[in-house]
Amino acid sequence: MSDLLTIEDLHLRYPARGLRHGPEILKGVSLSIAPGETLGLVGESGSGKTTLGRAVLGLASPTSGNITYKGENITHASKKRRRALAREMQVVFQDPYTSLNPALQISDILAEPLVAQGMKAAEARQRVGGLLDRVGLPANAAERYPREFSGGQRQRVAIARAVALQPRLIVCDEPVSALDLSTQAVVLDLLIDLQRSAGVSYLFITHDLSVVRHVSHRVAVMYRGELVETGPVADVTNTPSHDYTRKLLLAAPTADPDRQRERRQARRALQTAQ
Amino acid sequence: MISFILRRLGAGIILIFVVTTITFVLTYGANIPVARNILGPSATEAQVAALTSQLGLDRPLIEQYGSWISGLFQGDLGTSYFSSQPVAAAMGDRLPVTLSIVVLASILTLVISTVLGVASAVRGGALDAALQAITVIAYVFPGLVLGIVLVYVFAISLHWVPAIGFTPIEESVSGWFASSILPAVVLAIGGIAALAAQVRGSVIDELGRDYVRTLRSRDVSEGSILFKHVLRNAAGPAFTTFSLQFVSMFGAALFIERIFALPGYGTYAFTSTIAGDLPAMLGVTLFGVGLVVVVNLLVDLATGWLNPKARIS
Amino acid sequence: MTTVDPQLVAQPALPARRRSGAFRRLLRRPLGVSALAALLAIVALGLLEPVLSIHDPNFADLAFANAAPGTPDWPLGGDRFGRDIWARSLAAINVSVISGLIGAGTGLVLGTVFGLISGYIGRRVDGVLSWTFNLLMTFPALVLVIVLYPVTGGTYQSMMFIFGVFLAPGIFRLVRNLVVGVRSELYVDAARVSGLSDPRILSRHVLYIIRGPIIISAAFLASAAVGVQAGLAFLGLGSNQVPSFGSMTSDAFINIYSQPVQLVWPSLFLSLLIGSLVLLGNAYRDVLAAPQGASSSSSRRRRPGEKAAAVDARMDRDDTSTPTLSAPTLSTTSPATPAGGLLRVRELRVEYPQPDDTLRAVVDGVSFDVAQGEIVGLVGESGSGKTQTAFSILGLLPPQARISANELSIAGENVIDSHRTALRKLRGSVIAYIPQEPMANLDPSFTVGSQLVEGLTSRMSRKEATATILELLARVGIPDPMRTFKSYPHEISGGMAQRALIAGAVAGRPKLLIADEPTTALDVTVQAEILDLLRDLQSEYGMGVLLVTHNFGVVADLCDRVLVMRNGVVVESGAVREIFRNPQHEYTQKLISSILDEDTVRTDLPVTAKDEG
Repeated sequence: MSDLLTIEDLHLRYPARGLRHGPEILKGVSLSIAPGETLGLVGESGSGKTTLGRAVLGLASPTSGNITYKGENITHASKKRRRALAREMQVVFQDPYTSLNPALQISDILAEPLVAQGMKAAEARQRVGGLLDRVGLPANAAERYPREFSGGQRQRVAIARAVALQPRLIVCDEPVSALDLSTQAVVLDLLIDLQRSAGVSYLFITHDLSVVRHVSHRVAVMYRGELVETGPVADVTNTPSHDYTRKLLLAAPTADPDRQRERRQARRALQTAQ
Repeated sequence: MISFILRRLGAGIILIFVVTTITFVLTYGANIPVARNILGPSATEAQVAALTSQLGLDRPLIEQYGSWISGLFQGDLGTSYFSSQPVAAAMGDRLPVTLSIVVLASILTLVISTVLGVASAVRGGALDAALQAITVIAYVFPGLVLGIVLVYVFAISLHWVPAIGFTPIEESVSGWFASSILPAVVLAIGGIAALAAQVRGSVIDELGRDYVRTLRSRDVSEGSILFKHVLRNAAGPAFTTFSLQFVSMFGAALFIERIFALPGYGTYAFTSTIAGDLPAMLGVTLFGVGLVVVVNLLVDLATGWLNPKARIS
Repeated sequence: MTTVDPQLVAQPALPARRRSGAFRRLLRRPLGVSALAALLAIVALGLLEPVLSIHDPNFADLAFANAAPGTPDWPLGGDRFGRDIWARSLAAINVSVISGLIGAGTGLVLGTVFGLISGYIGRRVDGVLSWTFNLLMTFPALVLVIVLYPVTGGTYQSMMFIFGVFLAPGIFRLVRNLVVGVRSELYVDAARVSGLSDPRILSRHVLYIIRGPIIISAAFLASAAVGVQAGLAFLGLGSNQVPSFGSMTSDAFINIYSQPVQLVWPSLFLSLLIGSLVLLGNAYRDVLAAPQGASSSSSRRRRPGEKAAAVDARMDRDDTSTPTLSAPTLSTTSPATPAGGLLRVRELRVEYPQPDDTLRAVVDGVSFDVAQGEIVGLVGESGSGKTQTAFSILGLLPPQARISANELSIAGENVIDSHRTALRKLRGSVIAYIPQEPMANLDPSFTVGSQLVEGLTSRMSRKEATATILELLARVGIPDPMRTFKSYPHEISGGMAQRALIAGAVAGRPKLLIADEPTTALDVTVQAEILDLLRDLQSEYGMGVLLVTHNFGVVADLCDRVLVMRNGVVVESGAVREIFRNPQHEYTQKLISSILDEDTVRTDLPVTAKDEG
């Protein structure tokens, strides 16, 4: 099975300010995603995980390295090519409050990608009902505005927009981090269901290890602009090979007082050992 | 820090050069009959030509400009075509008048809008309503109308202050104040409304910030929170607004000085411009741009002092 | 940032309704309607000039010089040359309106076009354009308008055009900054990923946001242009054949001692024109700033977790099944209070007044205790009232909040009757607070040390306070206490800032510590360290802790007991192991089951894409 997306030795440095070099955000990242697969990308704030997602989407410009999609090098794809690639890759952002234009009705938001790809406006609007149904929202949501929805519902709208063009890859940037616990689980299940029915791949960016376990087939751990460990989700979370991964796993508190006590002691032991 | 100030002053000098050049070129292109204006309609063509060449106005643009610039480097702003008075001396006579009303207006603006803005943000209610009313009045009545109304009420009807003219502060402080207060009020009122509204808004914003709650949780007194923390954080944007107002007061002085018949910078700018008195116009422009450069520099320094994040290392 | 904004709380659930246009909402405001009516009336007077005027505005009959108002055929009287003031006023309206249109139009077109280009393209284009407009801003505009007076032939139209050029930088800055702001919005990124072209993004997403501010500015620019035109004419610039309120004022000003009434007419019309423009702009701004405004930027800035979402229950599939406000509170709320009960809360209610004068309770009869040396977790989802409960104990709720309780005792003292003053005395020394967002909770303008010291100076000298804080900064694990003490908040990391805030909280040796989501904003590795620190300090000082959190991992790590809140009510409370192993209330059961299981990992294999059809 050939990979859908491969990233090779990707570097990204912010533009220089004055005489100084900008900080290097990505320091040679390589990874690949197979069709229908979820790759979880875990890291702490500032690790570069979001920038990597933006580079894949063409929202950030890498300084060197390659991003290959279905065999085509899209690292510096033209604006025109990028617009066409909208049929192939889409995004769900973290914050459902800023990722939907507050001035547009839900139907406009959902029709937007369809119209941008040349569909007639009337036809696009007819498709909105089906999209809402796929993400479990009632049809009357179409005439409403984002502010009338809760966080979880807005995230469903964002997901509907992402799947409207039936893309092969969706970059999910912390899609459940801003949501309440009970909503989180429901939205994650929705994403998994969509994946099973449509065979879409996810680049799933998150800081939350339990979310990663839940949705990922494979996991890549990012630390200060580099991938420190990549592998099947069970291997990485059960038998981590890198110290940072171990530290990350032991730092995340578990919802069980007794197991958490053990984990805490293990973390302190690791700390003193270092 | 020093290098920052020097760099900004350097940029300012370039700016002064650019603006005066444009003024020079535009005035030259306007082809104002200066000699004819001076001599009047009865003078012969020969007399006009003689004066034109005496003033050096028959020389090419580059030459005229060159001699002005070289004079500038020697600290000489040239001599007025009309009054034969050195421009620098004329400006020296006029500026105290304008500065009197501008400084007085600035003090009024700063004090009243801070008090009003803070009070209406903290107390709300009647004070807030009063502030809204002042804002509306200040915006609705143009300065021209307001000036005339004040002259009519306080000078002509009540005889509290003189309607026109200016008393220098060295002669009589009370006379100076009486002759400056009305123009200053007219100059200040629009600024007070705008600045008070801004102070009110920023104080309300700052009072709602998380750090205020945390300071309260540590038993920091309300007075210290308001006057030390909130005001300091609200001061930055207010200061920027005030600096714009300060500069625009010199433009507004053009009208105000006419209403109150004050022999100031605005009157000088107007009469010399209408007559095509180029040296005087350049002097006025030079002062105007120089003022903007200095005020902007001071604002940047003050912003840096107020806001540690904007500080230049 | 976890308080529910009272304004938001005050919003009733919105029924599904189409957004009414800003213009229509403007018409519902008395001020907006009156300003618009006045403006239209004045413009109409000017347009009807040929019908309404009896004389040509420049026709002079010395017999009617200084004629009184009401003279037949000279309704407003005559000026000092015997010209008809009524006819001149009507003509001057047209001059003013055209001045406003030219001045504002020039400024708006130049500023908007270049502002859009500069903001959207950015980089070098932005650099050059910003530099140019900043330069333009420094020109003494009025002086240059006068300098150019001979060049322009002295017509007021050309003077207004030049003045309009000098108005452009303000609009340019406004538009550019708005566009730069919008450009970094996630929904513009999403539109780009959706394949929208730049022109479409500009027209759909960017123009919408800047439309309102531009309309408002247009009103203010027009009023400025009208005022300046009048001022220039007052100074005597422009043809004396063009009637203008400025020249009328100037003519009348000469007569101010003998005929002051002549000043009334130009002043009146000018004030009406400028006033209606300004008030219209203000009213429109108010309309856009109102909460139902479609571009409610303020609500977007709020932290998502605590949004009180306004949606009718039918659609609310994400939320809990059925609201059970009257559900019996399980596991007795008033357990035998330990003798050393540090905090005792009985039937606490927090209410906010609504626009319709009713009260809405966000905390609805909450009772619990915190004993000395005990860590109690207060858990719930957004909108459950957990943070409001914590703030009411600290006395830090906004003034609109109405708080009542049967009992609110801290260290044996019932403070409910005068809780605001009583709690102020207790804050810092008996109760202390650790906030959620460390950066937002430090004043950016003061050094970390100076603001921590401030809370102690009422109890000790500044020198002692400094020594105490330095000692504590070292105690909370800050490697170089002196450096952090002298640093400004933006110079330290979030983890360090939270440690500093913890040091500030425990500096007064409090008996009760209230921590509101103290680790939510931090990375997981930093969170672990902060949790360790809290545990150590708690046992060292023997404090009681009320820990507000949504994270069950944090609860499991620190807490002895747990209170579960929903919709302002404690639905269940008990020892931490009991709650995790044997939750009684269905809501607790649902929450616990929503926790993503750590032992199961995803095992199903990737499904390959079906062939696209």
